[in-house]
Amino acid sequence: MRKYTPKDNVQGKAYHTDRFWVAPSVPRTDASEDAHFAALLEKIKESIAVKDAYIQIGQMVVHINPEDNIAALRLVKEACDYAMCTEISAVDYLAQEGEFEVFYQMLNLKKAKRIRIVTRLKEGQAIESVVPLFNSANFAEREMYDMFGIVANNHPFMKRILMPDDWEGHPLLKTYPLQGDEAASWYEVDKIFGKEYREIIGAENRDPSKIDRYDTKRFSRVGYEVPFDADISEGEKETPIEYSETLLVNYNKSSKQLDERR
Amino acid sequence: MMQQPNKLVPFFENLNFERDDNTMVVNFGPQHPSAHGQLRLMLELEGEKVVKAYPDIGYLHRGIEKMAENMTYNEFLPTTDRLDYIASTANNYAYAHAVEKLLGIEAPRRAQAIRTMLLELNRIISHLFFIATHALDVGAMSVFLYAFREREFAMDLMEDYCGARLTHSSVRIGGVPLDLPEGWLAQMMTFLDKMEHELEHTYEALLTENRIWKMRLEDVGVIDAEDALSWGCTGPILRGAGVQYDVRKEEPYELYGELDFDIPVSDRNDAYGRYMLHVEEMRQSARIIRQVMPIYRKSEPQLMAHAPQYLSAPKEEIMTQNYALMQHFVLVTQGMRPPKGEVYAPTESPKGELGFYIKSEGEPYAYRLKCRAPSFYHTGILQKVLVGTYLADVVTMISSSNIVFGEVDR
Amino acid sequence: MAQHQVNYASAAGLPVALTSVDKLINWGRSNSLWPMTYGLACCAIEMMATGASRYDFDRMGTIFRASPRQSDVMILAGTLSKKHAEFTRRLYDQMMEPKWVISMGSCANTGGMFNTYSIVQGVDRIVPVDIYLPGCAPRPETLQYALMMLQKKIRRESADMNKNTKSNLRML
Repeated sequence: MRKYTPKDNVQGKAYHTDRFWVAPSVPRTDASEDAHFAALLEKIKESIAVKDAYIQIGQMVVHINPEDNIAALRLVKEACDYAMCTEISAVDYLAQEGEFEVFYQMLNLKKAKRIRIVTRLKEGQAIESVVPLFNSANFAEREMYDMFGIVANNHPFMKRILMPDDWEGHPLLKTYPLQGDEAASWYEVDKIFGKEYREIIGAENRDPSKIDRYDTKRFSRVGYEVPFDADISEGEKETPIEYSETLLVNYNKSSKQLDERR
Repeated sequence: MMQQPNKLVPFFENLNFERDDNTMVVNFGPQHPSAHGQLRLMLELEGEKVVKAYPDIGYLHRGIEKMAENMTYNEFLPTTDRLDYIASTANNYAYAHAVEKLLGIEAPRRAQAIRTMLLELNRIISHLFFIATHALDVGAMSVFLYAFREREFAMDLMEDYCGARLTHSSVRIGGVPLDLPEGWLAQMMTFLDKMEHELEHTYEALLTENRIWKMRLEDVGVIDAEDALSWGCTGPILRGAGVQYDVRKEEPYELYGELDFDIPVSDRNDAYGRYMLHVEEMRQSARIIRQVMPIYRKSEPQLMAHAPQYLSAPKEEIMTQNYALMQHFVLVTQGMRPPKGEVYAPTESPKGELGFYIKSEGEPYAYRLKCRAPSFYHTGILQKVLVGTYLADVVTMISSSNIVFGEVDR
Repeated sequence: MAQHQVNYASAAGLPVALTSVDKLINWGRSNSLWPMTYGLACCAIEMMATGASRYDFDRMGTIFRASPRQSDVMILAGTLSKKHAEFTRRLYDQMMEPKWVISMGSCANTGGMFNTYSIVQGVDRIVPVDIYLPGCAPRPETLQYALMMLQKKIRRESADMNKNTKSNLRML
């Protein structure tokens, strides 16, 4: 029977996990521990519904509703000196909770403090673009759309940024395999030569350890090279594969082969 | 077989190159000698003036963030070399720094000293490269040759330490793999002296007061503080706009907190100011390395942090002690399992703020890794800066922003 | 190979050198290989270093050209993504015959460490490659050696490129 692999997450997994393994957590401290963050959180709480807030590894994390993202960012930008939005991206939790987590990484240059504003989106739900506040969101939200398919409303140019326009799928989703899907594997061949050349060019070799001894065009074992474009349809004489011997020593010793090559 | 002309319709063939409103669309890249890699710019020109610029990126998208989700933490470290491939150690360090913060460990003092020196050496390498390519793009070929001469000496130092010229992987999570080789510090001193001498007598003498250089760079690529903040620019572009923010100074990591160095700022806002900044930053880097040397000499010889849950023991212990060997076996075959949580750790790479956001679910594979690359945002601002400049200044602005496409596209 | 050193004392001082057309043409072709600056990723930096002061590519008659129409050899230095592939083929088609391709670095050879969705798994899916250059990134010496290998290969070839082309030798 084939091994079952869950389709909702095709990324790498630990091949063995101890039965009694419980992952520890990075400690979270209350926002009141830090005077600056406590004051900031009070200010945010005045106008915006905060779901959760804590300090983790020196940065405050504030969970808000997705509708409030513009208001929250405007508040921290204009009232609290968080003048730079250094990063916007998302995390895929579709398999567990059917949601995306979108985060805005904010930087206060005057006090050298950083906060992360986090919000959760349902699948297919769009988020309001923050380009009017931070132009850095222009590229970042496009990348988020490209990688996860999260649309930002009222974005000036909501198109793919990293992948080509006619690409299929959103690569950073957990359902998207690392080595690409069928459309991805033929992308460049279809684009350049056309679908009818798929057979001539052949499938991609995704196995890094694969060695084709009769490959006359790419790589072959030292000392056993087949001449370029040689006809090997009749079959080349079988030579045993000897992994343990040092190839270079043999290469120098087998004068017969060298003579033939000369 | 020949390419089928009807099959291949590149994007720019769908474009109207000749417009009714007397503008012209110029396709710049993705393969252009001064595009610093694979930048593609669609420029709408009115005469020689750019009225609209649209940077198209992604020609070097390699799926590095996706790879991080499929690799254990230690496996991923060599991949970070290929992000900003001009200063690999800065990436290695930024990644290792983020993971260390997640694990809650700190590298021993000797490792910190070595890391600080390597980071600054990489900054020098990167800035020499910047000066070389910047001058080449503007038209000064000889500076390129001179700067590469010094860069090769710096690369020799890196090679002495880690064996690689370009892709260093010279930092490990929790420390550094090797101690400095014998005589390295003396060579480093010689290199710094030579570099500072050449900086003053060659590059600055050739460029700083050069009439053509000034004409090409002054008031070109103007980015003011408001734009720089709004577009997320960091590093020399932000400091070139008069905002004094350097992660090394404001949020110190490694030994930077106890070192004495200056953060150069320029309020010229233009490419010339950024060039001067880069030159000054190289001097400051040399100053930092000189200060770290005595700290290195005084430090204990421990190179990796002691955290048996996450890091393998030193080689001698693995070879002699059973438990260390078992632990090493588990860590190598299964990978370390950091605690659940998320971290964003910023560092000051030569290009700007390089940060790694890591989301861990307690598995040996990162659940999500986001690389906050400075060049990505520096490419974004091109669509604002290039508007209104002349076509000849486009190249100056691209090389002045010092973007590296391994980092932009990841 | 053509005779370089002419003995002016013999043959009444006339500089006479005898050679075949093949050798003469290949001598010219192999000693002035002008590569196209096809820097894609990390290897491009090493390619630049090869062209710069310490390694000095120029002494081998190798001068980087920025245009495909002026160059003989395409050094594909770095990772080729699927988005970029069509442009590579286009630029390759724009180059004049005879043309050669050096695939520099593991990424260009096989996709290398980037066994991912967006990377072409070996540029030989797109263009025919003459020299595969291993390494990540290859050192400048390696690139110089690769170019010397290419020169050797060119000297072995017939000057008439049609003779080298059996049915699909130079094509994919």
